[in-house]
Amino acid sequence: MTLKAQSTHETENIVGKIDKILIDEALIESTANDSSPLISSAQPLQPLSYRHAFMLVLKRDLTIAMRHKDDMINPLLFFVIVVTLFPLGIGPEAQTLSRIAPGIIWVAALLATLLSLDRLFKSDHHDGSLEQMLLSPHPIFILVLAKIFAHWLITGLPLILIAPLLAVLLHLDENSYTALLLTLLLGTPVLSLLGAVGVALTVGIKKGGVLLSLLVLPLYIPVLIFATSAIDTAALGLPYSGQLAIIAALFFGSLTLAPFAVGAALKVSTN
Amino acid sequence: MQFNSFSEFINMGGYGFYVWLSFGAAALILACLLISSKAGHQKIITQIAKRKQREDKLRQAKALRKQQNKALNEVTE
Amino acid sequence: MWKWLHPYANPEVSYHFTNKLLPWLSVLSAIFLSIGLVWALLFAPADYQQGHSFRIFYIHVPAASLSMGIYFAMAVAAFSSLVWQLKLADASAAAMAPVGASFTAIALITGAAWGKPMWGTWWIWDARLTSELILLFLYLGVIALHNAFEDKNLAGKAAGILTLVGVINIPIIKYSVDWWNTLHQGSTVSKLGKPSMSLDMLWPFIFCFIGFSLLVGVIICLRFRNEILARNSIRPWVRELVKNNSSQ
Repeated sequence: MTLKAQSTHETENIVGKIDKILIDEALIESTANDSSPLISSAQPLQPLSYRHAFMLVLKRDLTIAMRHKDDMINPLLFFVIVVTLFPLGIGPEAQTLSRIAPGIIWVAALLATLLSLDRLFKSDHHDGSLEQMLLSPHPIFILVLAKIFAHWLITGLPLILIAPLLAVLLHLDENSYTALLLTLLLGTPVLSLLGAVGVALTVGIKKGGVLLSLLVLPLYIPVLIFATSAIDTAALGLPYSGQLAIIAALFFGSLTLAPFAVGAALKVSTN
Repeated sequence: MQFNSFSEFINMGGYGFYVWLSFGAAALILACLLISSKAGHQKIITQIAKRKQREDKLRQAKALRKQQNKALNEVTE
Repeated sequence: MWKWLHPYANPEVSYHFTNKLLPWLSVLSAIFLSIGLVWALLFAPADYQQGHSFRIFYIHVPAASLSMGIYFAMAVAAFSSLVWQLKLADASAAAMAPVGASFTAIALITGAAWGKPMWGTWWIWDARLTSELILLFLYLGVIALHNAFEDKNLAGKAAGILTLVGVINIPIIKYSVDWWNTLHQGSTVSKLGKPSMSLDMLWPFIFCFIGFSLLVGVIICLRFRNEILARNSIRPWVRELVKNNSSQ
């Protein structure tokens, strides 16, 4: 019975790898087509559009993630467990908990994102597909953005979905739920984008995990401050659009700048 | 001059501990930094000298081996 | 200007230039620092509110502003190394990071020692102290990234990218921390008003500030020199230098 389960798991793994290779090949083929004029003049194939390249990388990363579901679930479990630890450490009084709930949820979200970041480029760097991605004629900006978006879909989105449940556990003020969801929705992409810079810098280093947190956590401070303050303000029943606007500004700022930094850092790391 | 005696100077109007703590800590950190930066120069020079020595030794050994091989070949011929 | 700057892109030329610059800088910084510190400790008047504890100001403020200044200088060096591929800019950025971290640490320690008699606690989450602490983390990140790479050139590039990311983030962090601080400001802590400085206090401060800046210059030159040697260890001129130095 166990043997059978193991074997099916293995075949799944193999299928996953084949999928990955197939998609990689599609990416490379397309690059070969539009980079060498000889082939394209012989058989007029359309060069891959930006949107197509983006979708291809996105699909590839999502497929890989689906094959390794534990990578997706573990950070989420970590998030839940960290949040559960706080009432045990501080005490179950509802008043204290609801006072510190925004901070706890956000700090736990930061840590969970940090934990999942490691995967963003590591396996690609190990099997060499990262270098091929960098060699392809498509702008790195697009490819990196697709990878980060996939990472957010895999880790950020489940975080947002499970956060209200944890908010219940921590007796978060009822007025704050929308604020919590909105700040997470705007804030977690910033975490993924800024974190990607740190991962790209440390991907070539053997023991990059601890270093990554040292590099990335100080950069997360503004998001943490504005997000928790928005939730606090919402609890008082005051308008919190100002804080949301600032987080949105952070989001768009990092959306436009971070992929450039990631591209440059990847070039350094893969050398 | 703001102070009448040396003990008054050390006391700093009751704030002596804090004033001397900050001046002392600053002096200590800067002295450590200065000394380590100054010592680094000699350290790097000796490091490079050592590496050069090693390379020279390797080169000599290589040359020696070549000579020996040559001699050996001549003998066998 | 480029023509004038061009020879200094050569490691050998800038090594010797640094060597020549060092004694001048050291003497000047020693003069300014001794005048400034003696003046600050002995002759400057005590603050009417803070008494003699105000003398910490003469170290704290130069250290704090230099810690920020060095980060920006590092960012300029990192930018020019990334854009114009100047290897020496990398070396100078690598030389600056530990100096900046040390000055940040000094600013934090003196800030805490100043805060204890003024505020009654060693540490309060004051906006300026908090952003200084975060700046220390940024410095430590750059230094750690530098040490993590075996290859010095790669290390310089990676740390350069991190420095630039950091320098974009510093104003945002500073703004957010200020904002956070005004939001959570307890009523027990009243912020000290900016002291309007009399001339008797300003002059020793200026001397101290110039002295510390020159000291930063001296230390950076010393470290820059080491970085150049370490990065060019296989060049003939370095070999010649080493031979002359060790035969002495």
